[in-house]
Amino acid sequence: MPEYHLHSPFSEEDVRQLQAGDIVYFDGLLFGIRDLTQIYMFDQNHEPPVSLAGAPCIHTAPSLRKTADGKWQKICVGTTTSTRMNRFTPALIGRYGVRAIIGKGGLYKDSLEAMKTHGAVYLAIVGGAAALETQQIEEVEAVHWEHLHPEALYQFRVRDFGPLSVAMDSHGRNLYAEVRDEALRRLPEIYRKLGVA
Amino acid sequence: MAPFDYGIVEEAAKQTYIRALCDLPPDVRAALKKAYDRETKPTARAVFEAIFKTIEIADRDKTLICQDTGLPIYKVTIGSAFPWNGYEIKTRLSEGARRATQEFPFRGSSTHPLTRVNPQTSVGDGLPVIYFDFVKDSDCLNILMAPKGSGSENMSQMRMFYPADGVKALKKFILDAVVESGANPCPPGVIGVGIGGTADLVMKLAKDAILRPVGQRHPDPAIAAMEVELEEAINATGRGPMGLGGDVSALAVHIETAYTHITQNPVAINTQCWPARRSRAIIHPNGSVEYGY
Repeated sequence: MPEYHLHSPFSEEDVRQLQAGDIVYFDGLLFGIRDLTQIYMFDQNHEPPVSLAGAPCIHTAPSLRKTADGKWQKICVGTTTSTRMNRFTPALIGRYGVRAIIGKGGLYKDSLEAMKTHGAVYLAIVGGAAALETQQIEEVEAVHWEHLHPEALYQFRVRDFGPLSVAMDSHGRNLYAEVRDEALRRLPEIYRKLGVA
Repeated sequence: MAPFDYGIVEEAAKQTYIRALCDLPPDVRAALKKAYDRETKPTARAVFEAIFKTIEIADRDKTLICQDTGLPIYKVTIGSAFPWNGYEIKTRLSEGARRATQEFPFRGSSTHPLTRVNPQTSVGDGLPVIYFDFVKDSDCLNILMAPKGSGSENMSQMRMFYPADGVKALKKFILDAVVESGANPCPPGVIGVGIGGTADLVMKLAKDAILRPVGQRHPDPAIAAMEVELEEAINATGRGPMGLGGDVSALAVHIETAYTHITQNPVAINTQCWPARRSRAIIHPNGSVEYGY
């Protein structure tokens, strides 16, 4: 199982080399986005105040604390289910050049197509493992669109962020779909054994 | 004896919420370890390794395992040998949940169902969810607290089958529901199953089922056998940890049953994520509190 240690923002080559099933860790820039962030961007037509090009975006609604000097401190940053935000993803990749989506649960076919066309991947994180994620975030560099907090646009700096599994690659492979198809293939035999066929 | 100070219940409600979020029960840890030992797929083993690191960090830093602080559920068992005040208990549980949220502080996950305004208190109309039960030969107040996250709760399903459909239909329903839920409930967790009762009771049974210590079998051998049978079936699908493929798709299947109507055959499934969080406080009339799971 190949393991990669990358630095963000990513180049197209960085993500094109990744195959479904590979493990990734990375350092550098990470954006946090959520449902409302993307509704604000795409449905209400607000241009992001910072370039997302090459960056990975994680699906999160973080717990942060603002200190007296206006800095943001992390309390707990975890990952939410991605499927809810599928409809924004092709534009996030195509229009803004995002190279990786980090989340849990995966995305649908149109997102996979965009990953193939533009060179991007979906990296699956271990859901529920927020304590680990929070430790790997070195700093909350900025909170853009602060009025949307806890669904603003978060700019984090991370170190050794992972393990992340390449669940959807830029060559058309989707691990979630493969695992589901395999389960469906096995089901008739399992039904028979369970006596419910 | 001086009148009982219900501030103790409020404090226990607060402490159990925080403890549940930060400290995973020993049975859950053991079940995860056992699952890791028999997992053969490298990607799946990497998921377990991240899980163990998370638990270690939460233990060390006394911090939240998962950012989804859930909706608070309190299962309260009242001993009959002491005149506990039910109204006081109810209001103190709510206040304790609110204080846990704002004093820790962590993200409040409760919201108005229509306006979607989040008071950042974890409570509100109808919340916390509180279940009362009563036992004899005890003077204690036993509070079991469970924060229920949405990833797993969103995968809940209920169906009213007909008696003619038999037990067969229930088994297939459970298996299909788990296959369908895929990565969403953060597997491998506990699959809670309710069988029997009314439409509302069957889901309550499924919830009771996930709150049992992981792997503790139902006392009825026939139901225990069904738990084992379903566990094997679910794990045979190969869905795996976080739905990425592997040998372990569920830590356990727990079933709870109740008598039902002669024309009914209800089943419900309530899934629990791998951090199967719960904590317990046993309060004595003299005000002493024992914390556990």
